[in-house]
Amino acid sequence: MNAPAYNFAYLDEQTKRMIRRAILKAIAIPGYQVPFASREMPMPYGWGTGGVQVTAAILGPQDVLKVIDQGSDDTTNAISIRKFFAKTAGVATTTATEEASVIQTRHRIPETALHENQVLVYQVPIPEPLRFLEPRETETRRMHALAEYGLMHVKLYEDIARFGHIATAYAYPVKVNARYVMDPSPTPKFDNPKMDNCPALQLFGAGREKRIYAIPPYTRVASLDFEDHPFEPYRFNAPCALCAAEDSYLDEIVTDDKGSRMFVCSDTDYCEGRQAAGHHGSLSAAPYKERAQGDSNG
Amino acid sequence: MADQATLENDQPLLVANSLSKSYGRIAACRDVSFSLYPGEVLAVVGESGSGKSTLLQLLSGQLAASGGHVSYRMRDGVTRDLATLSEAERRFLFRTDWGFVHQDPAQGLRMAVSAGANVGERLMAVGWSHYGRIRDTASDWLTRVEIDVARIDDAPRTYSGGMRQRLQIARNLVTEPRLVFMDEPTGGLDVSVQARLLDLLRSLVTELNLAVIIVTHDLAVARLLSHRVMVMKGGRVIETGLTDQVLDDPREPYTQLLVSSILPP
Repeated sequence: MNAPAYNFAYLDEQTKRMIRRAILKAIAIPGYQVPFASREMPMPYGWGTGGVQVTAAILGPQDVLKVIDQGSDDTTNAISIRKFFAKTAGVATTTATEEASVIQTRHRIPETALHENQVLVYQVPIPEPLRFLEPRETETRRMHALAEYGLMHVKLYEDIARFGHIATAYAYPVKVNARYVMDPSPTPKFDNPKMDNCPALQLFGAGREKRIYAIPPYTRVASLDFEDHPFEPYRFNAPCALCAAEDSYLDEIVTDDKGSRMFVCSDTDYCEGRQAAGHHGSLSAAPYKERAQGDSNG
Repeated sequence: MADQATLENDQPLLVANSLSKSYGRIAACRDVSFSLYPGEVLAVVGESGSGKSTLLQLLSGQLAASGGHVSYRMRDGVTRDLATLSEAERRFLFRTDWGFVHQDPAQGLRMAVSAGANVGERLMAVGWSHYGRIRDTASDWLTRVEIDVARIDDAPRTYSGGMRQRLQIARNLVTEPRLVFMDEPTGGLDVSVQARLLDLLRSLVTELNLAVIIVTHDLAVARLLSHRVMVMKGGRVIETGLTDQVLDDPREPYTQLLVSSILPP
C-alpha cells in the first residue's frame, strides 16, 4: 500500500489555519457564533462534519482522542470518527475520559468531570437557538447583536402554559458569560450544569450551518428559566441496571415487546469504569460478562 | 404635581418637521410637518396611494426619510431626533414606549404561539422573568380587550378576525406605551365588529391617555376616534384641523369630495 496521501488530520494546513482563526475568535467572544468556510468532509452532513473539522484543526500528534456518540464510545458514528483520525492523523485513541486530551462528542457531556488539559468538541446540527422562533437569519443575528432575547422566554412560557413545566428536555438554551444566548447542541438538559464553570475548553462546530462557537474554561453558563419555574435537570428516577449509578444520565432500553425496559448509563465509559470498580446493578452480568472475561485473558 | 402633569401635556410628544420621502422620481411624501401632543389622536386620511402608510413608516422610524426629521420626547423628558437614535434604542422604544397596530393581525402577532405568550412577549423582552406575574398581566389585558381568559392558551390562528385585532392591541398596550401607530386597524372587519373595536379603542385611549396616529381611509373611523384630522393627497397634506371642523366644513375641493362620498346614514 502507498503511504496515505492525506495531510495530517485530513484537512490541509490553510484550512486548519482558517478554522483556528474562527476558533480563536469564538473563544474571545464566548457564545458568539463565528461564521467559517466549512469544507466538504468525507461523511454526510448531520454526522458531525462540524465537529470533525474543529477536531482536525486543533489535533496535534501528541493528542489522545476520544469520540462519543450519545455517551457511547462504540456506536457507528463514534467508531467511524475515531478510526478516521487514527488513520489520517495517527493519533492515539482512547475510550477513557480522563486519558483523553480531545473529546469529540455528539449529544452528551461525559459524566467524569473534565479537567484543564482537555478540549470538548461538540457536533452541532443547528447552532441558532432562536431558529425555530424566528426563521430569518438577518433578524436572529440582529437579535444577538442587540441582546434581544425576550423571544427565548416566549418558548419557555409556551412550555409551561402547555405542559405545566418547562418541557424542553434537550438543546436547552443557556446564556454564556451573561451575554449571548447559545444552543448547547442537542445535549440533554441534565448536562447543562456541567458546562458552567467547566475547567475544559468547550468548542462547538456546525458543518452544514458553517458556524463555530465556544465556551472558554471557567465561564459562567446559566440555563434560562423563570423565577417561579427554575431550571431543573432531568433524569429517570432509577439506578443504572448495570452499575447502579444514581447520578448518571440514563438511556431507556426496551428489552422485549411486553413493555419491559432497562435503564442504563448513557456514558459507557463511566458505566464500565464503575462496574470494574465493583459496582453492580440489578442486571449487570449479562452484556459485559463476555468482554470482562476477554479483558482478563488479554 | 398637577402642574408638572400639565407641563408634560403641554409639550409635544412627537414633532415631524418637513418630512419627505421619494422613491426615485416618485415623491411618496412631501414636506409634512405637525406636532402631536400626549393623549391626542390624529387621523391621517386620504385615498390609497396618497402617502399615508409611507408617512406612518417615516414617523415610526421604520423608513429613513429623504428630507426633514422626526423628533420624539423620550420617557426621560429629552426630545431626540429619531434618526440619531441607535438601532438598539430605536428597537427598545418600539417595544416599550410605542405600539404599532397592523391592519393584518398576522403581521403584528405570532400566530403559532398562545395568546398569553403574545401579550407577554414585550414584558419578557424588557426582562420580566416571573411566569406567574407575566401570566396574570396577560390575563388582565385579555379581559380589558374583552377576550375570554379561558382562551389564553389558544394560538391566535384559532381566533376570529376581531379577536385577533383586539389581541394585537393588548400585545401593544401591555408595556403602557405613550404613542401607538395604527395602520387601518379596522380594515377587513365586518361592520358590527368594527364598531365594537372602535368603542374599545376609544375607551382605552382615554383611560391610558394614549397619543395615537391612525391611518385610515374610513372617515367614520376618523370621526369616532380622532381629535384632529390630516387629509393627504399625492404625498402632501392638503388640509388639517379639528376632526369635526374638517369633516363638517371641508375647505379643499378634494376633502369635500372625500366627505361627500360617504353615503348618508
